[in-house]
Amino acid sequence: MSTPSPLPSPASQPVRIALAGNPNTGKTSVFNRLTGASARVGNYAGVTVEREIGLWTLPSRTVEVMDVPGAYSLAARSAEEQVAIRTVFGLDPGEPRPALVVVVIDATQLVRNLYFAMQLIEARVPVVLALNLMDVARAQGTAPNPERVADILGVPVVPVSAHTGEGMKALASAVERVLVQPDEGRSVVPWRYPKALQADVDTLAGMVTAWSPEEAKAMGRWALLSIDVEDELVDVPEHVRTAVAQIRSKAESEGRDIDTELIGSRYSWLDLQDFGIAANRPDAGLTLTHRIDAWLLHPFFGALTFLFAMGALFQALFSWSDPAIGAIEQLFSWVGMQVQAALPEGLLNDFLVQGVLNGMGSVLVFLPQILLLFFLLGFLEDCGYMARVAFIVDRGMKSLGLHGRAFVPMLSGYACAVPAIMATRTLERQRDRLLTMMVVPLMSCSARLPVYTLIISALFLPDTKILGFLPAPGFMMVFMYVFSTLMALIAAAVLGRTLLKGPKVPLLLELPPYRLPRLATVLRQMWMRARTFLTEAGTTILVCTIVLWGLLAFPRHPVLSEDYAAQRSALPATETEALAHIDAAERAEILERSYGGRLGKQIEPLIAPLGFDWKIGVGLVGAFAAREVFVSTMGVVYGIGDAVDESSTPLRERIRDERRPDGTPVYTPLVGLSLMVFFALSAQCMSTLAVVRRESHSWRWPIFLFTYMTVLAWVASFAVYQGGKLLGL
Amino acid sequence: MRYQNDYPMNMNLSAIPLRTPMVIERLVGERAFRRRLMELGFLPGVEVEVLGVAPFGDPLDIAIRGCRFSLRSAEAACILVRSAAAAHLQSA
Repeated sequence: MSTPSPLPSPASQPVRIALAGNPNTGKTSVFNRLTGASARVGNYAGVTVEREIGLWTLPSRTVEVMDVPGAYSLAARSAEEQVAIRTVFGLDPGEPRPALVVVVIDATQLVRNLYFAMQLIEARVPVVLALNLMDVARAQGTAPNPERVADILGVPVVPVSAHTGEGMKALASAVERVLVQPDEGRSVVPWRYPKALQADVDTLAGMVTAWSPEEAKAMGRWALLSIDVEDELVDVPEHVRTAVAQIRSKAESEGRDIDTELIGSRYSWLDLQDFGIAANRPDAGLTLTHRIDAWLLHPFFGALTFLFAMGALFQALFSWSDPAIGAIEQLFSWVGMQVQAALPEGLLNDFLVQGVLNGMGSVLVFLPQILLLFFLLGFLEDCGYMARVAFIVDRGMKSLGLHGRAFVPMLSGYACAVPAIMATRTLERQRDRLLTMMVVPLMSCSARLPVYTLIISALFLPDTKILGFLPAPGFMMVFMYVFSTLMALIAAAVLGRTLLKGPKVPLLLELPPYRLPRLATVLRQMWMRARTFLTEAGTTILVCTIVLWGLLAFPRHPVLSEDYAAQRSALPATETEALAHIDAAERAEILERSYGGRLGKQIEPLIAPLGFDWKIGVGLVGAFAAREVFVSTMGVVYGIGDAVDESSTPLRERIRDERRPDGTPVYTPLVGLSLMVFFALSAQCMSTLAVVRRESHSWRWPIFLFTYMTVLAWVASFAVYQGGKLLGL
Repeated sequence: MRYQNDYPMNMNLSAIPLRTPMVIERLVGERAFRRRLMELGFLPGVEVEVLGVAPFGDPLDIAIRGCRFSLRSAEAACILVRSAAAAHLQSA
């Protein structure tokens, strides 16, 4: 509890105000209404809680609006929940104290929302209450009377609707008035606490001398509610902790419960007030929600709808994004060809085309899935179904130590880990987010599909039957998906009980009423996510692509074993096939002698126990750019060229015919299985690692992810290959 | 007049049939969770009702003060309740 900074003076720096309130109040929509396109995403100091700041143009000035994460109370148990009080009081060093707080209130849930506002009013923080969702409340017949609310609480109250835009002008002028005259946003607190509690609060308030008496008391109440032996709060002085512990144990010995006294006093006062809500009116909106839930949460139909909704989401991610991905890839290969043709051959040409353009392409190629996933997530979240998803899957996810909300990110992982990891933001707790991020990359993403397809089609022939009747290719494909899912679930259970062991958190999930999502809000959130990806993770991916290009393209002119130029000139220009063959052989040797090729050779002793030779090693190095690059790298390694895909017949045949120096085939079905297992489990994807770095705000977690997945992949492939050999496969 | 003794005092929300309005008697269990519940308005004397159960038997769908929350039955067991009918008798 450091000294609060003074209220900001009207200087060149715009005055900051905060926007706070309960979750599910439409706070984000209000924020979007106020700040339009000016919002920027950032991070609160010290915690991985995202914050948005935007500019709001009032009639006479522009203010900076800071969106405070939604909370039911200022009281906190963790550093993340502490963000609310730190922001409101301007406790973070270098951050200005907000001149006032606009509290967004769900007019259909007045009492519970006012509980939050009361804590700010007690602290004499100037507030303006924005009664949001007034249109919904009126339709339901549960609308409070704004003047009554203002009279009772003694602070400005403005009825608004972020949906229709109603009341935004009135909100602006109320904010302007309070900015000029902060006392208009303060009130003499009309509710009372029991005498014994007041004495306790006074004791604590005496410990924070730098505050005004009312602020100090508010801090005292906050401390009484928040601090206990198990909390994970930061910056709480030891003497305050000791004092709280003494007060609580003394109260306990007197048979008092401080929590009940504090919270109970606020609620009993609230429950006695007449806010002008028509009593016993049929609650139309709520009954509609109940009626919808009778289906959507029905034991049978609810499960069916759930499967359908999740199937549609997955289908959208997996295949609807395909044309856009294809278009981006084609665009970049077209631009690449133009640049290649326009510039003289050489290092700069290669660098621009294969390094920079290719890198930009590999960043942008994620956009369609990111945009789609965040559009769908925003839609599900805003309409209220996301909470139902968490409700339905909680039973299963709990046994894995995962939050119900982790379901959609995990499901998205089958399409691509990059948007899936970004989607972990919908989880509130850092531990839940990290655990989800650490297991999502184990889900078999769509980039593994070409690798599986190539290996299966080359090595598992359809007339081979597993268990006598299952065609091998189909069986193997299904097996890989089941295998990767099981491994992800096991990893979640293990990590959740060891490294990411957290305190068991009870589920306390609001099931908000169904509401029509606002397209503008959904689109804006989607775009903000995409922009963060491009500017932050995108740069890392670009740099990595260039480094990988360098690895495979240098040294520029290695000494080759054969004189390919002489071979070429010995042939007439009409022998196109033979010439192409020489070109491909030359490229294969250049790749072999590149740093990447040498790396592949150097890791051969490491991967030999898995059944892989150095050529596969080169493929693994290349696949770090993206798993599907394995296919084209193998095309180059085997002298077929890079214009191959997983259905290329020459590549399949080459794989089947590849021999070790002793004449035995390199690829047996066992090697194929070992290779697929390796691909299923290893972190062969720099983009995933870049996004984990961005989302976890540290290098620690991507390094851990890479290490554990690589070790897991190695051990599993080792077990498959060596075990298989022992069995005589 | 108190009818309290006619009703079992150990009734908790996880053991109440669906769609039966009850009144919160008190909250037990871990402090942090109790505090969270209270801050959402789960306080003695407030009416509460279990509306439904998730497809796999847990968690519960609970209505209170016109809003709905989902709690696992292990935690709903921390909410001790009495019948809403008894509450009417008491206030009478």
